[in-house]
Amino acid sequence: MVRVLVTAILIMISFLLQTTAFKMLALADVVPNLLLIVTAAAGYMRGRVEALLVGFTCGLLVDCMYGDVIGLYALLFLTVGYLSGYAHMIYFKDDYTLPIFLIGASDLLYNIFYYIISFLLRNRLNFLFYLRRIILPELVYTLLVALVFYKLLHSINGLLERFEQREG
Amino acid sequence: MRRKTKFSVNPKYVLIGFFIICIILIFISFRYTEKVQPVKTVVSDFFTPMQNGINSVGSWITDKTEMITTMKKLQDENNELKEKLDTISNENKMLQLDKYELDSLRELYELDQKYTEYPKVAARIISKEPGNWYYQFTIDKGTNDGFSAGMNVMAGDGLVGIIVECNHNNSVVRSIIDDRSNVTGMILKTSDICNVRGNLELIDDGRIEIEDLDKSSKAKDGYEVVTSNYSPRYLPGILIGYIEDITVDPSNLTKSGYLVPAVNFDKLDTVLVITQVMEENY
Repeated sequence: MVRVLVTAILIMISFLLQTTAFKMLALADVVPNLLLIVTAAAGYMRGRVEALLVGFTCGLLVDCMYGDVIGLYALLFLTVGYLSGYAHMIYFKDDYTLPIFLIGASDLLYNIFYYIISFLLRNRLNFLFYLRRIILPELVYTLLVALVFYKLLHSINGLLERFEQREG
Repeated sequence: MRRKTKFSVNPKYVLIGFFIICIILIFISFRYTEKVQPVKTVVSDFFTPMQNGINSVGSWITDKTEMITTMKKLQDENNELKEKLDTISNENKMLQLDKYELDSLRELYELDQKYTEYPKVAARIISKEPGNWYYQFTIDKGTNDGFSAGMNVMAGDGLVGIIVECNHNNSVVRSIIDDRSNVTGMILKTSDICNVRGNLELIDDGRIEIEDLDKSSKAKDGYEVVTSNYSPRYLPGILIGYIEDITVDPSNLTKSGYLVPAVNFDKLDTVLVITQVMEENY
């Protein structure tokens, strides 16, 4: 229960920061994808099902606030969450490099999916441009933020685990 | 541990289940747009005040830092502007004289000034959509302030975009530089109709596309493009921007080129919403 609550608050905070504060801190006109960091980190630390749920919630939130149709972002986020959940099998507590790679890969995957769904299908074929202009800058910025943000998420997860152990 | 005793399902089935849920959701919201609007409204009612709060703190900080870094620049600019002001106020007087003349001539022709006066309400931008692919943003006023979807949004004297979604206390604006945006424009001097389309590829040049301009058009670089009388969504006569690099298309039937928007989208902070909605004719 506590975990659900904490995760919900984390998602909310990430969403708010991503849409407001980071808009002002945008580098090269891109904003880091905090919601994706939360999703991928959940996959790495908690496994497929939880990451899927986290991703679904994140996506639904974005859909409700900004989407044209409800469910598209949810679908993207939950897929990314599920796939990153496979990394849980090689989860190791003090490893901070692997999750960063994982977050990077998730961001890349997410943006390529998104490009295909909403740009390629509208006959915007210049993929290399979009790669250079949006996908790679976002990847770099997201990774930079993830370096700090993942540690935070990781320690929150640690606290929760200790708390759950005491309760159980 | 409690977790172990929990009923567990194969993650694959969970994935498939949620996939189906998402696809159903997409279908429902695509087919019955007005039915899902209340849900969106509830969510945005909840988040908008928070975004508003963070935003006001954030903009206070950026304001302060900007003030310090640009002080010198501002002084130079101030001097320059003062000089400019003299010339412009002079010009303004002449224009005012012209305006009296125009008014009287208009009266003679009994034309109303429909291009000049639309009722406007100012609103602040509070958040941008979370991805980097599109240029939609939210403003801090919604149906409570009499806004509705379809209202045109301006900044200064140029067109910014259109409200695509309106909730109680916020509205989502799609800007004209958004990749999905399409506006029917008219070249003011030659009255040629063209289509103005947002394109992400051109955003760094600060330009958008013009297409479907008739080949016989005499439009040249620097001509003004305004919203046309034919557009079902945009009120006529709002300045969109200026033409650049018009060329004849390979099809040899139409011309296309670029347009520099009249609004600087980098520094957008407050916008004006025209509270008059284009009548839907169909």
